[in-house]
Amino acid sequence: MGTASLQKANVIGLQKIDYKGNDSTLCAGCGHDSIASQIITACYEMGVKPEHVIKLSGIGCSSKSPAYFMNRAWGFNTLHGRMAAVATGALTANHKLTGIGVSGDGDTGSIGLGNFKHMVRRNVRMVYIIENNGVYGLTKGQFSATADVGQELKHAGKNELPPIDLCMEALIAECGFVARSFAGDPKQVVTLLKAALSHRGTAVLDIISPCVTFNNHDDSTKSYVWGKTNDDRINDFTYVPHQEEIMVEYEEGEVKEVTLHDGSHILLKKLDSKHDPTDRAAAIELLEEAREKQLFITGLLYVDNRRPSLAEHLRLGDTPLALMPFERLRPSRESLDKILDSMK
Amino acid sequence: MITSLQPSVHEDALASRPPVINDFSIRVATKNGSGSQTANTTLLRALFKMGIPVSGKNLFPSNIQGMPTWYTIRANKDGFIARRPSAEIVVAINPATAIEDYQSVETGGFFMYADDIKLQMNRSDISHYPIPVKKLATENEKDPKLRTYVANMVYVGALAWLLGIDLADIESALLFHFKGKRKPVDSNMKVVRQAHQWAAENLIKTDPFRVEKMNATDGLIMIDGNTAGALGAIYGGVTFAAWYPITPATSLADALNHFLPRLRTDPETGLPTYAILQAEDELAALGMVVGAGWAGARAMTSTSGPGISLMTEFTGLAYFAEVPAVIWDVQRMGPSTGMPTRVSQGDVLKVYFLGHGDAKHPCYLPGNVKECFEFGWRAFDLAEYLQTPVFVLSDLDLGMNQWMSEPFEYPDQPMQRGKVLTADDLKRLGGFARYRDVDGDGIGYRTLPGTDHPLAAYFARGTGHNERAQLSERPEDWENNMARLGRKFEMARKLMPKPIVQRVDDAEIGIISYGSADPAVEEARALLAQAGIKTSYLRLRALPLEQTTTDFIAAHRRCYVVELNTDAQMLQLLRLHAPEFATRLVAANHSDGLPLTADWISAAIRTSEGTAI
Repeated sequence: MGTASLQKANVIGLQKIDYKGNDSTLCAGCGHDSIASQIITACYEMGVKPEHVIKLSGIGCSSKSPAYFMNRAWGFNTLHGRMAAVATGALTANHKLTGIGVSGDGDTGSIGLGNFKHMVRRNVRMVYIIENNGVYGLTKGQFSATADVGQELKHAGKNELPPIDLCMEALIAECGFVARSFAGDPKQVVTLLKAALSHRGTAVLDIISPCVTFNNHDDSTKSYVWGKTNDDRINDFTYVPHQEEIMVEYEEGEVKEVTLHDGSHILLKKLDSKHDPTDRAAAIELLEEAREKQLFITGLLYVDNRRPSLAEHLRLGDTPLALMPFERLRPSRESLDKILDSMK
Repeated sequence: MITSLQPSVHEDALASRPPVINDFSIRVATKNGSGSQTANTTLLRALFKMGIPVSGKNLFPSNIQGMPTWYTIRANKDGFIARRPSAEIVVAINPATAIEDYQSVETGGFFMYADDIKLQMNRSDISHYPIPVKKLATENEKDPKLRTYVANMVYVGALAWLLGIDLADIESALLFHFKGKRKPVDSNMKVVRQAHQWAAENLIKTDPFRVEKMNATDGLIMIDGNTAGALGAIYGGVTFAAWYPITPATSLADALNHFLPRLRTDPETGLPTYAILQAEDELAALGMVVGAGWAGARAMTSTSGPGISLMTEFTGLAYFAEVPAVIWDVQRMGPSTGMPTRVSQGDVLKVYFLGHGDAKHPCYLPGNVKECFEFGWRAFDLAEYLQTPVFVLSDLDLGMNQWMSEPFEYPDQPMQRGKVLTADDLKRLGGFARYRDVDGDGIGYRTLPGTDHPLAAYFARGTGHNERAQLSERPEDWENNMARLGRKFEMARKLMPKPIVQRVDDAEIGIISYGSADPAVEEARALLAQAGIKTSYLRLRALPLEQTTTDFIAAHRRCYVVELNTDAQMLQLLRLHAPEFATRLVAANHSDGLPLTADWISAAIRTSEGTAI
C-alpha cells in the first residue's frame, strides 16, 4: 500500500510525517521547496530527533524555508544576512543541538558575507545551506552577488560584475566541508545533506536553486534547464551511516572512502574528474577552472575533519551552557569577599 | 625667548600660610603611552590606603603613544570627590603642554616640573619645584626604553615628600598594582626612594598642602565600574558573552576574560561554565547574544554608542521575538568616531527607543560602582523574567576610572529563569502558545530548544506573528501583540529599581540626575546650601520612569535636570513622563567631554535662580 511506506518508522521510531513543516508559500516549482523536501528526507532517514534540531535563517525567499520542514524543531527567522551570528550564539549556548541554517545568495553573498566567513572560520558545527538563485526574489528581481557575468534579468538588465563564489569563500575561510549541488538533483542533495549533518564543524552546501519567477530563463546559469544540461558531477558518492557496515563492493582505486566525524563514511566514486576532495588546493583550483570556463560542477569539493569545532575549541563539556544548573553558575560568597579584599 | 628660571623670590611669603590638610587636586600632565598610569594610580591608591577620600580621573586622547594626557586626583577630607575644574597641584612632565599647565595652577598652589622644561616662569602666586627627572631616571635605568617608565616614579617620590605621603603606602599601592610581584615593585620603589631623598635634600617646601592619615576609607574598596560590572555579570551567572573592542567598553570584556577562568571553571570537570567570543563586529556580537539567549544562555554584550548603532536591528528583533539579552552601553562622546575617550551621557534617548517600529527598553542607570555590580547581576534575572533586551547605561567616567566604594553585597536572591516550560510541564499542559498572556502580565511562556516533547518547539521571528508564534499579518494579531508588549513594559516599570530620593524640608528646588553625575551633584548641593539655596535630590536608577519621580517633580517648584549631554535627553523623557509638570523641569545639562563639576552645576542653578555671585 502506498501509505504503508509513509508510515514506516525510522531508527528512533518516527515517521516521515513527524518531520513535516507548514505548507510552502513560495512560488510553485521553486527550487527551495525541493531542498526543504530533501532536508526532511535526510533527517528522517538518519533518525535525527526533530526536538534536537534548530533551524535558522536570515531574510529572503530562502529564509522562509525553515517553516516548511520539521515543525517539531525550533525555528528562528533572524535578520538579513545575520543568521550565522545567531547560529554561532545558539550553538555555543547548546552545542548538543543539531543546527541547520538556510540562507540565500543575497543573504550570504552580500549583506551577510562577513558574518558567514567568520562563522566558517570559527567552525560552528552546523549545516549551512545556501539556496543560490542569483537573484533577489522577494524584492522582485535584482541581481545578487553570485550572478554570473553577462547574465540578464528583465528589470536589472545585464550583470557586468564578477560573481562571488561562496564555495570559494568557504574554502578560503578554512571550511572543512564544502559542496555544490543542484536543487534539480534531489539524490545528490540528500546524500550531501546526510554527510554534512555528520561533519565536525561548519558544512557549507551551495545549492543552485532556480527562481522560477525571476531567473529561470534558458540562458540563466541558475535555471533548471541550464542545471539539467550542464550539471557536471565531479564525484558520485554513497553515505554510509556509522551504525552500518560498508556493504558496497568496489574495485581498488575506483572508490575513495572518507570517514566523517560521527563515524559514518562516504564512499566517493570518482567520475571523469580526477578531483581528490581531501585536497584543499585542488578544490580551489577546480573552482577557479570552473569559473574560467563557466562550468557548473557539482559534488563534494572538499572534506577535512581535522579542525576542532567552536564548541571543542571553547572546551564546552557535557552539560550545555544553556542548561547549566544555577548552582554551578554563581561563585561562592567567599570568592567575592576574597576579590573585594584584594581591592582594599 | 623662553628661559628657565629658578624661582624662589616670593616663596617665603607663601611658606607662611597655614597648612591645608587633605583637600587638594593634583593634575599630572604627561604623554600617553609613557607608562604614567602606573605612577598616577599608585599615587591614588596610596592616598586611599592612607584613609583619605579620593578619586582619580584619566583625561586621555584617542591615541596609542605620544599625545598629551592628564590625570587628575582629588583628595577631600569631606568626601567630595567629583572632578574639579582646575588643580592646586600641577605636575608637568610633558613639554608640549607645559605653558598651559603652568597657567592652569590655581593661585596658592604649586607647579612641579621636569627641570629640562624650558619655560618663562613668572608667577609669584604659586610655588615652583623643578625636579631632575631625566637625571634620576638615567641613574636608575640604563635601558632607554624603560627610562620613560621609570621617570614617572620620580614625580611620585618627589610628591610623596612634598605632601607627606608615607613611602610604605606607596609601596603597598605598587604591590597592589603589580599584583604582589616583588621585582617590579622593588625597581619602582628604588626610584621613588631616591626621588624622595633628593626632594628632602634639595627642595624647600613653600606650599601649604599636606596629607594626614584618616580613617574615612576603612573597609572600602577601590575599583572601576567596568570591572564591577563584569563581576556583577559573573555572580549573575553569565554563560555567554560576545563583544567587539571599543573604548570605553573594552575593559569590561577584559575583566570578564580575567575573572571568568578564575571563578567559573567547574571544579569537578575542570571545564569552563561560560563562553566568551570576540565577535567580528558589534552587529555579530549582539546576534550571537540573541542566539544564545534564545537557546537558554544568560547572554550579554558590552559596547559603546557606535556599537549600539550597529546593534539596533538585532535589538528590534530581540524585542519582538522576545529574547532575553543584557547589553552594557558604556557611553562616550559621539558621533561614530567622535571623541571616543571623552565622557558623555548621550545615548539615553537612542537606547531607550532602540529598534525600528515601536520599541522601548528597560535601562539600568548605575550611579556608582556598587550599582554597576548590583545591576550587573540583576540584569540577567530581569532579562530572563521579561524575555527582552535589558540595557545598562554606564559611561566612560564610571566605567574606566577608579572609584571608592562600600564592598559589594553578594546577591540576596537566587537566580531567576522566568517562565520556562519543561517537557514535564508540556506533558501536563498538552501544549502551549508562546506569546499568549496567560498570567495577565504580558509575559508568555517559552521553551528552550532541545526540550524533549513533540509540542515544545516554536518558531521565533521578528515578523508579524500571532500568539502561537505563527506568521501572521492580521491587523488584530499585531494590535494584540503590541498591547501585550505594553503590559509587559508596565511590569518592567514595577520591577526596575526605584530612584534614590533625598527630600529636604522646605526645599522648593529639586535636582534630578543620574549616573556618574552623582558626586558632582552632591557637592553642588553643599555649595548651594552655603549660598542659601536648599535643594532636594532625586537620583534616577532606571528607565522607564515611574510614580516616585512624578511625585518628586510635583513637590517642587522647579526641578533642575542635571546631565552630561547637549540635548537634555533625560529632560525630554521626564517631560514625556509627566507632561502636566513639563514647565517645572529646567535643563541643567552640559557636555564638553569631561566629567561634570560641582562648580558648573551650582553656578548654572544659581544663575537660573537669579542668585549668581
